[in-house]
Amino acid sequence: MPKLPAPPVPAPLKAPPPRPGESGGKGGLAEGAKAAGINVVDWVDERTSLSGGARWMMFRKVPKGTNWFYTLGSATMFAFLSQAVTGVFLAMYYRPDPAGGAYESIRYVTNDVFLGQFVRGMHKWGSSVMVILVFLHMGRTFFFGAYKYPRELNWVIGVVLLILTMTMSFTGYLLPFDQRAYWATIVGVNINGTGPLIGPYLSDFLRAGPEFGATTLSRFYAIHMLLVPGALVALIGAHLYLVAKLGTTAPPWSKAEQPPELRRAEA
Amino acid sequence: MPDKHTQHKSKYTADRMIPGAFEGETVTRRRFMTVSSQAMGGIAAASFALPALGFAIGPIFKQPPHFWEDIGSTEDFTDNNYVPVVITEAYGIGEAGKTTAYVRQHNDAIDTDPYDRNTPYIAISTRCAHLGCPVRWVDAAERFICPCHGGVYDLLGRRVGGPPVRPLDRFPTRVNGDRVELYSARFSVNSELKRFSPRDPGETVDGIGQYLYPSRPDARKSY
Repeated sequence: MPKLPAPPVPAPLKAPPPRPGESGGKGGLAEGAKAAGINVVDWVDERTSLSGGARWMMFRKVPKGTNWFYTLGSATMFAFLSQAVTGVFLAMYYRPDPAGGAYESIRYVTNDVFLGQFVRGMHKWGSSVMVILVFLHMGRTFFFGAYKYPRELNWVIGVVLLILTMTMSFTGYLLPFDQRAYWATIVGVNINGTGPLIGPYLSDFLRAGPEFGATTLSRFYAIHMLLVPGALVALIGAHLYLVAKLGTTAPPWSKAEQPPELRRAEA
Repeated sequence: MPDKHTQHKSKYTADRMIPGAFEGETVTRRRFMTVSSQAMGGIAAASFALPALGFAIGPIFKQPPHFWEDIGSTEDFTDNNYVPVVITEAYGIGEAGKTTAYVRQHNDAIDTDPYDRNTPYIAISTRCAHLGCPVRWVDAAERFICPCHGGVYDLLGRRVGGPPVRPLDRFPTRVNGDRVELYSARFSVNSELKRFSPRDPGETVDGIGQYLYPSRPDARKSY
């Protein structure tokens, strides 16, 4: 099989050439496994050219002065991934049955399922963590001026992601179906209804009728676990694409480096 | 070089020197294929998107069933104090579909409003007109008080304090023999106790409010 040219990875990541005395990739169980892994990656890469995209995404130039504040976006994404994973496993137990089954299934997860309280706790507290991280990330972007040209569209996508995150919080709050969930949803839907002209229709859409009814809970459940997560994943992808395409900003306090000819003129 | 915007183009493909053009043809075959395949894609997408959308917003146009519910004997209610009764407002969801109404006999001394003249029993909904929390009748204060945000209403359900934007909603009542019956579809009233089709909490029906918060097809006046 003809070998692809080696990707231009940074020097520290390159595999060192075999030392004298080593077999140079031939023989030895560990080296055989390594070679097999490389072969598999090569096979996929030859058919997809994924490594180009991966290199484009991973080995970007970042400005001088990049600091811990720049990790808030990734932190938000990991909070979302945590919500997605724990949510999938909670969905294995949850029953969107308003006549008592929903509350009972949550009680069962919390009290009887092995690690159920832990996974549900991760999902419950993780939602607050995600909202807090979204706002910190938004604040970082605002105070560093990172929303300015050419990154306005990424700010807009970020605001849509914020709204979707709040929608997730709102729809997820009903699902335990205890007194707090029920009344918080009544109040939340009625706040929606106070919008003039379309407000009343919006709350009818959310409740699936003029009153909190038999399909309100399953409607919230479908929005919470199917509709909004799909939109979130797609928009996070667009958000990340634009970050990689446009690059990140330097912190506002970092000075542009002067070209050498100007430096000489000053001296 | 002639400006392409001012240059007049013939509508016939043959005049535009397009290879393989037919006599009298105005749309190229390539363009026809493009448009028709896009149209077919649009039809295919609409054929699942429109029913799904209708499925999701259909309940907005459907009025749920309502019934006359027996709430007690005529002797259970007095004309000077409220008695709480539990009624079913939404079916199929157990306890969550129930709500409380406060009922008293019509009292000529206080129910002087023309709209209440023919109502044998006054049934006040406990759904707060602010954001929908359940209000409680406090006998000592002769006030309905909401636990959530401090809405206060008087004996007739009119707002006397806090954030609510209109009086408490009411239910139609009737007397059937010696039984009192309540119709489970509420109606809203404005600050003069004039009746309106049911509005959600937080929506005023005074002045321009009745148009800013229109009545909805799934919740019409039904008494």
